[in-house]
Amino acid sequence: MAQKETQQPMKVEFSEAAKKEFQEILKRYPDKRSATLPTLHLAQREFGYISRDVMEYVSNLLDLTVGEVMDTTSFYTMFKLKPTGKYHIQVCRTLSCALRGAREIYEHLEAKLGIHEGEVTPDGKFSLMKVECLGSCGTAPVVQINDDYYEGLTIEKLDEILDNLE
Amino acid sequence: MFEKVLTQHINIPESQSIEYYLKHGGYQAFQKVLKSMSPDEVIEEVKASNLRGRGGAGFPTGVKWGFVPKDDSKPHYLLVNADESEPGTFKDRLLINGNPHLVLEGAMIASFAIRSNHSYIYIRGEFVKEARILEKAIQEAYDKGFLGKNILGTGYNLDMAVHRGAGAYICGEETGLIESLEGKRGWPRIKPPFPAIEGYQHSPTIVNNVETLACVPSIIERGASWFKSIGPEQSPGPKLYCLSGHVKRPGVYELPMGTNLKEIIYEDGGGILDDKKLKAVIPGGSSVPILRADEIDVAMDFNSLAAIGTMLGSAGTIVMHEDTCMVDALLNLLHFYRHESCGQCTPCREGTNWAEKILHKIESGHATEKDVELLGEVANHINFRTICPLGDAAAMPIQSFLKKFGDEFRAHVGVGHCPLNSRL
Repeated sequence: MAQKETQQPMKVEFSEAAKKEFQEILKRYPDKRSATLPTLHLAQREFGYISRDVMEYVSNLLDLTVGEVMDTTSFYTMFKLKPTGKYHIQVCRTLSCALRGAREIYEHLEAKLGIHEGEVTPDGKFSLMKVECLGSCGTAPVVQINDDYYEGLTIEKLDEILDNLE
Repeated sequence: MFEKVLTQHINIPESQSIEYYLKHGGYQAFQKVLKSMSPDEVIEEVKASNLRGRGGAGFPTGVKWGFVPKDDSKPHYLLVNADESEPGTFKDRLLINGNPHLVLEGAMIASFAIRSNHSYIYIRGEFVKEARILEKAIQEAYDKGFLGKNILGTGYNLDMAVHRGAGAYICGEETGLIESLEGKRGWPRIKPPFPAIEGYQHSPTIVNNVETLACVPSIIERGASWFKSIGPEQSPGPKLYCLSGHVKRPGVYELPMGTNLKEIIYEDGGGILDDKKLKAVIPGGSSVPILRADEIDVAMDFNSLAAIGTMLGSAGTIVMHEDTCMVDALLNLLHFYRHESCGQCTPCREGTNWAEKILHKIESGHATEKDVELLGEVANHINFRTICPLGDAAAMPIQSFLKKFGDEFRAHVGVGHCPLNSRL
């Protein structure tokens, strides 16, 4: 993970809806620390990525040290330490997908979007990553864009999907 | 005639709803357990069925449940392992999508058996849609009174919640999963103590795979002897086989445990893509030793695969045809293990790094014979020297690829490029 934290010039505080959701999360666990992953997911949805300020905010919510939150955040690949594009494209590269053309899919995306792994297009619309097995090997090759899986891809299908993203 | 009991409803759009599930006999087993069985009777029935864990290790489920203390004062936890991340494995996702209440009912029965009032479904973070499906199913179960306080007037209480991971293969290892649920990095724990004695929050905890739990309702309903009559008696039951790679019809196939691997590939899977020649098969997920094409006339069950030096694992069967470069395929996998090594144990953290580097050198045709030997040595130094099995999972493919396809590795030496011009 070569992600570096960057500054995030905004006030870090959950919206009212998120505050309510956070209270619901806490009810599910016998202790506050167990709520770390769901709270980080919520924070990422609220703020786009997990900056140092967000870690501090989360640590206050959960009565943890910033170090404890940072330790957890930096371990998991889904927690973004810097902003990504509006559409974050993750191409599965592991064996079953590789055997069914994942490289062609990835290289097509690089060429079409003009960016490499870990980069964001200048208009902020797309970012590109290679990821490890997405657990959808029977419908390889597979790409995840934000929350959604796109399975059994061909270059043509992929182009159509991208063209339909606003 | 084999009757599907896990995936018979999966292609029906409304199969996710509790109404559909109830209409087809759903929650009968849980009611039977609540009203007419003791926790120990449930454990004995599952023991008698010889159900073995479907997550990869194949440990007898009833025996595992039996390790939980019966007269302590601590809370007990049932954790559903839906962190499906072993390359080549995609069965639990299918079950959650197509039959979520079956998974829930299995978890409810397991919770009752281990005297637990709290259950979490730990699902990999990428499965956003599946997490929502489970959350909806849990809400439906609360609404119908199958979860919550005093369930169906029996005095039994059970709460259940979905907990999303955030992208880490290691969290599929049960103690890594527990650490992750506790809000920490997913670093596996040294065992003993085993989770059944000291797991989540230092309390007795059982971690069971999705498919394992999905087998439980039918065992309760139809009896252990019915379950044991499917496939080999020592590892019986219905089994989900995941077929991917170079086959015409990849997918999940529910078949009796012990179905012949060749039959799965050529009959269910329709044979090899583009009618090419089969070269190799990884039978049980990327971590298990690979088989050559001439070794696939074997029953897909725990004991039969162990007898030929490999494992059933998660039954993630990856098929490779004649054009596949074995060095490049192994390089692809070592990239995975290097990336997913949690970094806690030196042999795994450093070893996977070294192995990937050496494989790059071999694949590009710039290695010497000594490098090929060194690769084998690195694997031997990882194997059995780490806290959790991820180290072994990285070492086993290296050792088996070298053993079965050593000539192909040596054919790369000094050529200056991959002889097959592979670009996986």
